[in-house]
Amino acid sequence: MKRLGRISERMVEGVFTVSGAITGVAILLIVVFLFREGLGLFNSPSVENGYVLCVNAQNTAENLTVAEIKRIFDAEITSWQELGGGNGEIMLFRFEEIFNIYAEEELGEDYALLPEKLGQVIVENPNVIAYLPQQYAPTDMQGVKLLPVGNINISDFFGGKEWIPTATPAPQLGVLPLILGTLLVSIVAILIALPLGLGVAVYLSELAGERIRKLMKPTIELLAGIPSVVYGFFGLVVLVPIVQKVFNLSVGETALTGSLILAIMALPTIITVAEDAMRNTPRAMREASLALGATHWQTIYKVVIPYSASGISAAVVLGIGRAIGETMAVLMVTGNAAVMPHSLFEPIRTIPATIAAELGEAPAGGAHYESLFMLGCILFVITMIISITAEVISKGQPDKGI
Amino acid sequence: MDKQASQRIAFIIFRILGMIVVGILLWVLGFIIYNGAGVISWEFLTAAPEEGMTEGGVFPAIVGTLCLVVGSMVFAFPVGVMSAIYTNEYAGNGWLVRFIRIMTNNLGSIPSIVFGLFGMSLFVNTLGFGDSILAGSLTLGLLTLPLVIRTTEEALKAVPDSYRTGSRALGASKLQTIGKVILPAAFPNITTGLILSIGRVSGETAPILFTCAAYFLPKLPTGIFDQVMALPYHLYVIATSGTDIEASRPVAYGTALVLIAIVLLMNLLAAFLRRYFGKKIKTN
Repeated sequence: MKRLGRISERMVEGVFTVSGAITGVAILLIVVFLFREGLGLFNSPSVENGYVLCVNAQNTAENLTVAEIKRIFDAEITSWQELGGGNGEIMLFRFEEIFNIYAEEELGEDYALLPEKLGQVIVENPNVIAYLPQQYAPTDMQGVKLLPVGNINISDFFGGKEWIPTATPAPQLGVLPLILGTLLVSIVAILIALPLGLGVAVYLSELAGERIRKLMKPTIELLAGIPSVVYGFFGLVVLVPIVQKVFNLSVGETALTGSLILAIMALPTIITVAEDAMRNTPRAMREASLALGATHWQTIYKVVIPYSASGISAAVVLGIGRAIGETMAVLMVTGNAAVMPHSLFEPIRTIPATIAAELGEAPAGGAHYESLFMLGCILFVITMIISITAEVISKGQPDKGI
Repeated sequence: MDKQASQRIAFIIFRILGMIVVGILLWVLGFIIYNGAGVISWEFLTAAPEEGMTEGGVFPAIVGTLCLVVGSMVFAFPVGVMSAIYTNEYAGNGWLVRFIRIMTNNLGSIPSIVFGLFGMSLFVNTLGFGDSILAGSLTLGLLTLPLVIRTTEEALKAVPDSYRTGSRALGASKLQTIGKVILPAAFPNITTGLILSIGRVSGETAPILFTCAAYFLPKLPTGIFDQVMALPYHLYVIATSGTDIEASRPVAYGTALVLIAIVLLMNLLAAFLRRYFGKKIKTN
């Protein structure tokens, strides 16, 4: 009997041990699944899956970049010369156009003659570039050359300045505007929230009476719990019109609006962490300062603030981390224009907002879908770095026992 | 400048800052309450949306949020408590515990949208749960796990060591000590953590966007593989993409107020429990 008890006890303890590892396992799983989907992006062809680009065999242009393909089809590049080819004017040919040339009957049963006819078009027009479904592409025909497009590469992804994932034939997956948008909104938010937050932290820890403190601190902590979608709604109906009116803009959904709402959301975090750090200043240090004739204010900024510097920095870092990862509020108030940010008064888009807005429409397994997971990976790495930084910084605070 | 004068100026500035910030935060709260209070009625809480979300109530969304809260807690609460028991009672103070703590902290700092991506990839696609309460609950459970673990650990730490040594001295095994002495003593504080987690889970939007949330469902969910409507997602869609955004504003205010009320109630309840049981333990 006793033995049975001991065995079952061991088993329960085993369950505890396994549970203990759960957070580590969870992080491992998150890394595996995010990167598995995300890294697939760099094995995807840079034109839409299942489609190819064909040119005349005499065409000498090679190694077109994704951006160049897009500009060709937007008719921004009009001559092969710009791409290192002959000096003919580029002729665009999209698959559907074949039906303007030939009636459906002429293409044979089940479109059996379609590849041949497509091939003819390409052979006859030396300056053509044709965007065709792979199954009909006349790849083995004399005089037709398959344009090698290669896979989406890392430098195009991280260095690209355009985010147009639905562009055909070549989706533009440059994350630079999204990364810069995220950083802009978050950093401005912290610049707004920091002076306010620190001021309140000083007030709470040094000036406020015990009664006010006991009332204010829980209230502020309570506000940290309000769901971000509610802040987003508040931003949408209150801040957006205010920003539009005050700065006389055509739309109120701007980077600044996002920063304001993020600043409001980051305030409770900054205040709580910074106030805790300041209250940790040993009484002996304050008393020593006062005894030397310093005023209360001099004690605050010459003793308390320097002493709690690492705690305050941790508050800043945590605030930035929260701002960078914030999704709903930013999605609702920044206008969601995936362009390189030029000023605070224009719509921008952040990484989390992009994922939230687009994942629902991106077909699973496609380049767009994978690129959104890659954005998730970027976000994950950034927040990991921030969280570890905060941990290292807050360890820097000297111990209380002096 | 005279140091007394500069102190006076500095302190005035700090007082004003304090008032500004509290003012801003109360403004957010007050705005929602002021605009939402008139919308809330018994009908609003118990009827389904009508007329393209411009009329009717939010009942299905409340039910959906309830399902997600229960589902995520069924997963996160036992696992979180056991995990905290391991780190606090068994693991000692070595590198393993430090590593686990770092992992827990890091998991807590991952943005909620990343949990959404992960939940979609693992639960919805790989495990084949589809958009369902199950997938959403597991995603939300994972998200709130660090909070459960942290609060439980604090609760366990608050139990004096004399309880442990006393129990062991009477011949109880370690597991008996945990089950009969430590857990009952820590129970009120653990409950506080549970309540806080419920508040957190009921407000999250990003993780459920792609794992379970539906724009509109004509009927209530019948099993764990159904999609659900949920309050935060409901607020998001009627605030940004309804058929008639202006006409659905009152419903949006009402939904926001219900959401805030849930979160605030949970927080107040937790604060109350903490104070109530805190006193009780001290007097013992």
